[in-house]
Amino acid sequence: MSNQDTEKQEFNITVYTENQIGLLTRIAIIFSRRKINIESLNTSPSEIDKIHRFNIVITESEEVVHKLVRQIEKQVEVLKAYYHTNADVIWQELALYKVSTDVIAEKVSVERLLRENGARVVVLRKDYTVFETTGHREETDNLISILQPFGLIEFVRSARVAIIKDSDGFNRKLREFERLEPGEEVIENEYLNQGEKVFTM
Amino acid sequence: MEVAQETLTTPAPTTAVEVSGSVALLEALIVEGVDTIFGYPGGAIMPIYDALFDYNDKLNHILVRHEQGGIHAGQGYARTSGKVGVVFATSGPGATNLVTGLADAQIDSTPVVCITGQVFAHLLGTDAFQETDVINITTPVTKWNYQVTDANEIPEVIAKAFYIAKSGRPGPVLIDITKNAQIQKFNFQGYTKCNHIRSYRPKPIVRTQYVQEAAALINQAKKPFIIWGQGVILGSAEQEFKAFVEKSGIPAAWTVLGAGAIPTEHPLNVGMLGMHGNYGPNVLTNECDVLIAIGMRFDDRVTGRLDKYAKQAKVVHLDIDPAEIDKNVKSTVPVWGDCKETLPMLTKLIEEKKHTEWLNTFNEYTRKEIEAVIHDELNPTTPEMTMGEVIKQLNEITKGEAIIVTDVGQHQMVACRYARFNKTRSNVTSGGLGTMGFALPAAIGAKFGAQDRTVVAIIGDGGFQMTLQELGTIMQTGIDVKIIILNNRFLGMVRQWQELFNERRYSFVDIQSPDFVAVAAAYRIAGKMIDDRKDLPAALNEMLSTKGSFLLEVMVTKENNVFPMVPQGCSVAEIRLK
Ligand SMILES: Cc1ncc(C[n+]2csc(CCOP(=O)(O)OP(=O)(O)O)c2C)c(N)n1
Ligand SMILES: [Mg+2]
Repeated sequence: MSNQDTEKQEFNITVYTENQIGLLTRIAIIFSRRKINIESLNTSPSEIDKIHRFNIVITESEEVVHKLVRQIEKQVEVLKAYYHTNADVIWQELALYKVSTDVIAEKVSVERLLRENGARVVVLRKDYTVFETTGHREETDNLISILQPFGLIEFVRSARVAIIKDSDGFNRKLREFERLEPGEEVIENEYLNQGEKVFTM
Repeated sequence: MEVAQETLTTPAPTTAVEVSGSVALLEALIVEGVDTIFGYPGGAIMPIYDALFDYNDKLNHILVRHEQGGIHAGQGYARTSGKVGVVFATSGPGATNLVTGLADAQIDSTPVVCITGQVFAHLLGTDAFQETDVINITTPVTKWNYQVTDANEIPEVIAKAFYIAKSGRPGPVLIDITKNAQIQKFNFQGYTKCNHIRSYRPKPIVRTQYVQEAAALINQAKKPFIIWGQGVILGSAEQEFKAFVEKSGIPAAWTVLGAGAIPTEHPLNVGMLGMHGNYGPNVLTNECDVLIAIGMRFDDRVTGRLDKYAKQAKVVHLDIDPAEIDKNVKSTVPVWGDCKETLPMLTKLIEEKKHTEWLNTFNEYTRKEIEAVIHDELNPTTPEMTMGEVIKQLNEITKGEAIIVTDVGQHQMVACRYARFNKTRSNVTSGGLGTMGFALPAAIGAKFGAQDRTVVAIIGDGGFQMTLQELGTIMQTGIDVKIIILNNRFLGMVRQWQELFNERRYSFVDIQSPDFVAVAAAYRIAGKMIDDRKDLPAALNEMLSTKGSFLLEVMVTKENNVFPMVPQGCSVAEIRLK
């Protein structure tokens, strides 16, 4: 077993599901039962009408993520689950920052702040201003530390959304699922090490 | 309820009929081939019970004494009949009483469909009388569950429920139906069974490449070893399995739930795996070169310490559930699929062989185990009887033809070790969950599921007291279940651990019992107590030849231990004979 399989890192789990009440619980308890913390969870529509997409972020070893994904895929209303490292996805998080307009106008070069942090102003009022940034964790974190000295009133960051680099979407797969006897491609086995023709982990 | 039922039941009506949700449910059950329901009524399920009143001739409803008894009976029924067990319960306490049985069915892959009543939809979330959040309570212990709030959903949801419960790796399904939906009239278009759900693939597609790789491994193996589980039985693949074993000539051992898939006496059946399994199968797991696991999930009671489990072996794992592959033991070749399909493919590719010398190694271990453990257990010289000799005597009379239902504890391990099984679907026990109180209700269900077979429940003095109220179900239905209580005046299995690992500090394992025979008599069930070995054969004969149920209490040694034993945290090779 290589280090890569047992060392913890962030993984992005993407789950395509039917839109069914209760499914969120079914998926969430797969993690909580094993005392694994979900760091970020987003549910949204997918590229296909009526099919939902979960983006889940956890920090775990690949070995554990493997097993979790199998358990997720086993749920009746789950069509397919994938996992990827951060390098395999394009991902974004959105953050909002509320600060006092007086303070910020007086002490900060707002123009520079916006430019250097890729931020924009969402709301500008006499009493407060709301900035927004989108990006990776470090980027959104960075603006917190910049604004903190000026009395950050409120901060919130969204769950992560991620697009898989090496994916041609779910349309073709779905057609397979709708067939009574799906073709082999829906059962792709990402665990087979083709080189050695044996299972490795 | 003035519906002409003749026009309703199968074949489905071509024109829609206006019926209540309750009637649609019962019609659905009939189309699914349900003949027996185990249940208990209550406020939130009353409309269904009202409809049931008119279906008495088509659906045999068994009134149990506790909903846990209902679901265990449903499990027993499913295990012996191969069909889906059906259970009714009311909302709130009725539904929560199902939870243990659901967990048991989930971990032992038993197909059951539970229907629970629920408060009116408009009361959901108001803490209404007998409202509990049954869906969320049961989510971790069901394969699927669903709450119906509109009668129009009933046909499709029930069809899905049965399909999910029995297909692929089977499991329990719970359908919670609000009272308004039970009452609501709707246009019933007839009932069509479900055979496809796009998000659910019950069977992974078989990859011939893996089958070929598995065959190649098996063909070059010098010391191959087959270990099988309940998957063989659940997949109705007993014939295919036997053909595979016989052509390969490979010794084969079973998990507790796999017992009976091939007869106990089969020359290649080398015995039981796991904590209280046989000596050879445990030790030789760590000496084989290719381990072929079929329809089993490497439970920790089977593997012992995982990092010292079969490390030397290449592992071929046949399983229908992809989540089981590599979950506990890494496979060299995973053969995903239904073993009813994969086994014949494998049998075709393997060479016909005899592994005589290797098989002899197993026999050598058997000889040692007989000498150290089995002989004295089955032919004791102690004044008191042993559990083992009771099972041995029972074998001599039933000749391995009976269904043996066991509870949980020492008697369970002894029964599984020594009972003879000639037929499949003969060993009914709570394996994964180890639920005390399982046996009595499960035996009732087992008998309803296999009415032409003898059903013998073997129960401890502790476990019997957990669900003994089901004697009332026996009394009222007149079902024929033979009950043997192996009374050691102890919570024996816990006592054994306290003896071996807690310096004999017997903390709350000394359990007193009522006069079991008198309890049976109070339920008008015949019974007898024996404490002398010379009465054993006659008592067993009397029990088996008595028409109707019979309770036989056998006093056995108080402080006997079940051996061999793989102590927790030890490797299978460290199995102890004493
Ligand atoms: C519902 C439940 N509670 C507790 C246990 C723990 N437990 C396992 S075996 C056992 C003792 C069983 O005693 P008895 O029924 O007399 O059987 P014996 O071991 O003596 O044959 C206990 C308490 C359990 N398995 N199930
Ligand atoms: Mg006991």
